[in-house]
Amino acid sequence: MTVAVGSEVLTEVEGVAFAYPMPDGGRREVLRSVDLTLARGDLVALVGTNGSGKTTLLRLLTGVLKPDAGVVRFEGRSLADWRRLDLARRVAVLPQQLDLPVGFRVAELVGMGRAPHARRLFASTEADERAVARALADAGALELADRFAEELSGGERQRLLVAMALAQEPDLLLLDEPTLHLDLAHQVALLAAIRRLRDQRGLTVLAVLHDLNLAAAFAPRVAILDGGRIVADGPPAEILTRDLVRRVFGVQVDEARTADGRRHLALREV
Amino acid sequence: MRATVTAPATTQAVHTGPSLTRVTVALGGGAILLMTAMVVAVAIGSVGVGIGDTVAILGHRLLGLPLASSVAPGVESIIFDVRLPRVLTAMLVGGGLGLAGTVFQALLRNPMADPYIIGTAAGASLGAIAGLMAPILLPALAIGLGSSWLGLGLVQVLAFTGGLGTVLLVYAVSRANGRVPVVTLLLTGYAVSSVLAAGVALLMFFSGQHLGAIFGWLMGSLAAARWTNLAFAAPLLVVSAALLVVRWRGLNLLLLGDGPAANLGLDVEREKLVLTMLATLATSTVVAISGTIGFVGLVVPHVLRLAIGPDHRLLLPASVLYGAALLAVADLGARVAGGIPVGIVTALIGAPFFIWLLRRSRLVRPVVTQ
Repeated sequence: MTVAVGSEVLTEVEGVAFAYPMPDGGRREVLRSVDLTLARGDLVALVGTNGSGKTTLLRLLTGVLKPDAGVVRFEGRSLADWRRLDLARRVAVLPQQLDLPVGFRVAELVGMGRAPHARRLFASTEADERAVARALADAGALELADRFAEELSGGERQRLLVAMALAQEPDLLLLDEPTLHLDLAHQVALLAAIRRLRDQRGLTVLAVLHDLNLAAAFAPRVAILDGGRIVADGPPAEILTRDLVRRVFGVQVDEARTADGRRHLALREV
Repeated sequence: MRATVTAPATTQAVHTGPSLTRVTVALGGGAILLMTAMVVAVAIGSVGVGIGDTVAILGHRLLGLPLASSVAPGVESIIFDVRLPRVLTAMLVGGGLGLAGTVFQALLRNPMADPYIIGTAAGASLGAIAGLMAPILLPALAIGLGSSWLGLGLVQVLAFTGGLGTVLLVYAVSRANGRVPVVTLLLTGYAVSSVLAAGVALLMFFSGQHLGAIFGWLMGSLAAARWTNLAFAAPLLVVSAALLVVRWRGLNLLLLGDGPAANLGLDVEREKLVLTMLATLATSTVVAISGTIGFVGLVVPHVLRLAIGPDHRLLLPASVLYGAALLAVADLGARVAGGIPVGIVTALIGAPFFIWLLRRSRLVRPVVTQ
């Protein structure tokens, strides 16, 4: 089943500025004025240099950080007006780093993804257990259900984290470098699974990625964050150019063509 | 149902909760162990009373059952007025320490954490010792201070407020930008404890003939257990324990770290504050009526995590039951050994047992990885 990708706006970032307070009393400005709109079913790769504010932008989208200026809306309503718990039922995050508690089985951890939906004081509901099973299946982690989290390999661990986020049954999934520590096969498998969820269920996805070619192969839309603003936002074929890479990353690349005719950015020998 | 969620296709449910075996061991086993420990601990003492008579007396006084005439009247008083309050105190103290230890180990994400770690013990000790020495510190007040307040002596009141006050201070000092990072909390607790411990040492240096009493208090003892102390401690402990046990989801989420917990809908700073204060309330109450009994609050959570897993849904109630049973038995040992402070028993037997467990299983785990 394919859900038509409409133009219904799910979340929008408007003129958002953010600076981290520093120990010396000053502020480190990260975002100056960011505008980004995600329609329901959008699949967007967020790209930028280290320290350009990608993770900060994700944190602003979850409401964990509050913008200094501008507004972040979810379904038309400013995040300031959302209860944390209500937002957690709609927005899930795959964080860049997560300490997994020791001694829990994968199914129990994925069950924690149901926390925002909890209805009973001690028991979980049948809906919870079904959602966990489906999240495990969607993340390709069903066979991991009875394993202990601390015994998982890097790739298995990442599938567990994806399953935890999917168990929240979110409308918006925010992925912070989901392919970190994964080999090529696992990178492709993970992104293909995410893409399938978007195609089949209209899940909206914003993923921070570093590999520009991977971003181009995965997402129909790429947004580039640089100097505290979104400097380019569109189909990868149009925006991921030599010039942009030189301007944003300061790196010389060559443009090549893939077998299926897409543009490929090739690094020169370093 | 929202547009993003398609109808469930093939998926059957996956069991995410604790297994029936674990529930049985944790709650059923704990309850049976606790009842057994209670009856045995009440029955054994300098005057031996049969298990049958003990059960009969308890049934008579607690449940209103008729008492067989074979029970001597003096025995009934020994059981009910002397031993029962002491055993119940041991159970409350052990349950409170086990629970608070479990909460602090998860909250601080630190396997070394115990109920006293962020300053409760140091604050309570300073308060209690000031109370013990009040007659010589303030001779003019000595007469007035002999009286009790709500059935409690000055020592208990000062220990309770000292423990609670110290943690409030530590928490307030650790707060920056509306957040209380657990590492800051730990280090501040350590620093403040060191200052208060210096105060304790100073008072002990000048304590003269009070040194024995001070030392006994610091080791932790249940010799002073009375129904009046229970009337103060039991409601506080029952309420704080109940409020902690229902917060199992929050504790599980906090194990993931502050950011991920917030993304799962938890109001992280509020939850940390509530958990710290409830666990401190329980600890301060316990310390006020028993002194600083060591090791129970450290070992019980670890042993239970090995036996029934780290899910706080079971871990919290189980730590109450097993902590209570453990201290009832330890105090029985302390009485049988000639009335030594129970803290000596828990350290002397508990610590080697813990070392044996560490070496044997390699399974005493850190609370989180990395």
